[in-house]
Amino acid sequence: MTEKSMDLHFTADQEAFRLEARHWLTAHVPPAGSLPSLDTAEGFEAHRAWEQTMFADSWSVVAWPREFGGRDVGLLEWLIFEEEYWRAQAPLRVSQNGIFLLAPTLFEFGTPDQQARFLPPMASGAEIWCQGWSEPDAGSDLAGIRSRARRSDSEGGWLLSGQKTWASRGAFAEWCFGLFRTDPEAERHRGLTYFLIDLATPGVTVRPIPQIDGETGFAEIFFEDVFVPDAHVLGDVGQGWNVAMATAGSERGLSLRSPARYTEAARRLVALYASRAGDAKARRLSGDVAQAWMDAEAYRLNTFFTATRVLNGGSVGPEASANKIHWSETDLAIHRTALALLGPDAERHGGHEGNAWLDGYLFALAGPIYAGTNEIQRNVVAERMLGLPRK
Amino acid sequence: MHFAFTEQQLEFQSALRSVLENECTPDHLRAAFADPSADAGRWTTLDEMGVVSLTVPEENGGLGLGLVDLVLLLEEAGRAALPEPLVETTAMAAPVLAALAGRHDRCQRALEALVGGGLKMAVSQSADPLVPVAGALGADAVLMTVVRDGIREIHLVPTNGDGPEVARPEPVSTLDPTRLVGRFTSDPTGSATSIATGDEAERLWGDLEQRAFVATGAFLLGLAERMITITVDYAKDRKQFGQPIGSFQAVKHLLAGAQVKLEFARPCVYAAAWMIDQGDPSAARNASTAKAYASEAATEAARVCLQAHGAIGYTWECDLQLYLKRSWALAEAWGSADDHRQLVLDSLVDEFG
Ligand SMILES: Cc1cc2nc3c(=O)[nH]c(=O)nc-3n(C[C@H](O)[C@H](O)[C@H](O)COP(=O)(O)OP(=O)(O)OC[C@H]3O[C@@H](n4cnc5c(N)ncnc54)[C@H](O)[C@@H]3O)c2cc1C
Repeated sequence: MTEKSMDLHFTADQEAFRLEARHWLTAHVPPAGSLPSLDTAEGFEAHRAWEQTMFADSWSVVAWPREFGGRDVGLLEWLIFEEEYWRAQAPLRVSQNGIFLLAPTLFEFGTPDQQARFLPPMASGAEIWCQGWSEPDAGSDLAGIRSRARRSDSEGGWLLSGQKTWASRGAFAEWCFGLFRTDPEAERHRGLTYFLIDLATPGVTVRPIPQIDGETGFAEIFFEDVFVPDAHVLGDVGQGWNVAMATAGSERGLSLRSPARYTEAARRLVALYASRAGDAKARRLSGDVAQAWMDAEAYRLNTFFTATRVLNGGSVGPEASANKIHWSETDLAIHRTALALLGPDAERHGGHEGNAWLDGYLFALAGPIYAGTNEIQRNVVAERMLGLPRK
Repeated sequence: MHFAFTEQQLEFQSALRSVLENECTPDHLRAAFADPSADAGRWTTLDEMGVVSLTVPEENGGLGLGLVDLVLLLEEAGRAALPEPLVETTAMAAPVLAALAGRHDRCQRALEALVGGGLKMAVSQSADPLVPVAGALGADAVLMTVVRDGIREIHLVPTNGDGPEVARPEPVSTLDPTRLVGRFTSDPTGSATSIATGDEAERLWGDLEQRAFVATGAFLLGLAERMITITVDYAKDRKQFGQPIGSFQAVKHLLAGAQVKLEFARPCVYAAAWMIDQGDPSAARNASTAKAYASEAATEAARVCLQAHGAIGYTWECDLQLYLKRSWALAEAWGSADDHRQLVLDSLVDEFG
């Protein structure tokens, strides 16, 4: 058997898949920036409708099995689809917490019944998910979760109480995946369980929180004896931490942030630079523009390097933390540089013309905070990649 | 899309690692610092392994392999801070000599000496023949370029033996003496040394530079990894306030930051090597990306590793200095990160601007 040598080309089939995606997107993507912000009630529904349009033609979750609404394509095809999606400047994915974070966990830990129940409406946008992990007193120290779930044998399920916070899309979402303490006696990481919660259940109160831009991009969620049936426990009772770490791996690793998001933004940054290349200010920023493009390119290349490893049976371990540091810093560098190029125009916001670079910058600023802060990721890199002592 | 090395390439890498772990230790480097011109026998070992002539076509007695096959070996060379001119001889000069061997006896003879004859090459970075050349003092010949009346020329200048075309560089003292930097006091290039001109010279030299960026980048990756390894070991061992300094978060975060830079520099170097082998039209841009990223990664590793050592890192006694000095030199050689950012930007504006 001769072994495959390095080859960075896509196959003819993959290129055909790319063209098919490109054609569909060209015909269907609404004009860039034409949908209202997804963190408004109106925008949320407009983005949901876009998910339904994609789902109708099986483009919303290409890598999933056909029975759940996908096309059963591989990891590389998903990355190709993402390249086309971002190139087309298609809308942000309102269903991202579900399709990119919960779904990989459902495929790994979910029962066939759970997969059949939850995946199709997730793919169509009929049910939008939010992530209920953080609490007022459990942020970086996630294992410090205090929200409780008490056993109710008579009802065949659990009664949830406590408070979650910072749940993205929580203001308008239908469902929440969350971690609750089922065994207060057990060691911190052991007594947690992963629940799938219908936010229409009695006892749930959602309070939207305006973000730095004034829109309600996340929410706090209060639980007062909220009933969740046994059928909606994901993984084993008491195993919530391990199940959650699979989701966290997706969040930091391959699935949440495909490189196309950054390579596209970097391309637009170069175009912005070129449109001002005569300015003395632009010339001073030329190194930053190039560096931002290279950061995105490095991320793209590293993604294909990692994807090849995964396709050959390898796994993504603590490298996911290095990855998260890199994509979040790349996003910041791209947008910071764009604002610097815009100079006094950078502060313009809202109104008729908007300022996509400023919106992008505000969003990028959260990158080093969510999905585990970059300080926490540096701890992981130091301890688990380099082997430095924990204490 | 298959972005990975073959078993064989990885095995070659680990074979070279084992050899260099014995033949290129910090003690060996100290000996080379003390007497940089002494022959430690390593070049012969590398030659016998097929490493030196790896890029020479099979019909000329080499392995006929490309940059993708070479990068992991150069990374190993970097990890060991190999003093011998593997980057210059194998990555840069050999393909030029091979391309011209059919037409120039001098190239043919040089190529024969390179395969099994222990020939060492140096390559000038500047088109000014009086600018110092790294490795010139230890090399048998220097590959040089000059531009006369707007026309590029490539020259093969012998530095030992006799004959009218032989030119002897004089020593230039540098922080890392194993760099063996030398300078010609008068222009050594002339009709007797010329091996290519005009369009052909432009093409050959342009290609050589791309290989130089990637090969130097690969060497820098190895240096960065070595410095981080040395420092992690030290940080686990050294105690202050009753605990290993590596348990302090400030120290962890310094090293983690350097490690992240290194992780992302690697695929940049590997991809550029592949693109060069393929003759990809974007290879130049990715070669510059590779050098910029690798220079930054090594410079950052050097900075944080020195800091995490404290005063001991500032001493001659500490092995770290052996790798720091090479990193500093190579981060600037063949274009700094800044130089390459400008090259990348120019090519981007051409394409997307
Ligand atoms: C836009 C946005 C969206 C979010 N979406 C969600 C969501 O959908 N669901 C959800 O559950 N959560 C979400 N979060 C919450 C996010 O996961 C937390 O903000 C994050 O885990 C940090 O927790 P914290 O905010 O409590 O900060 P803290 O943990 O209080 O940290 C404050 C600062 O202290 C530092 N710090 C804390 N501990 C350490 C340590 N051990 N070493 C070094 N530094 C440390 C942190 O790095 C940070 O700089 C979101 C956050 C943002 C900003």
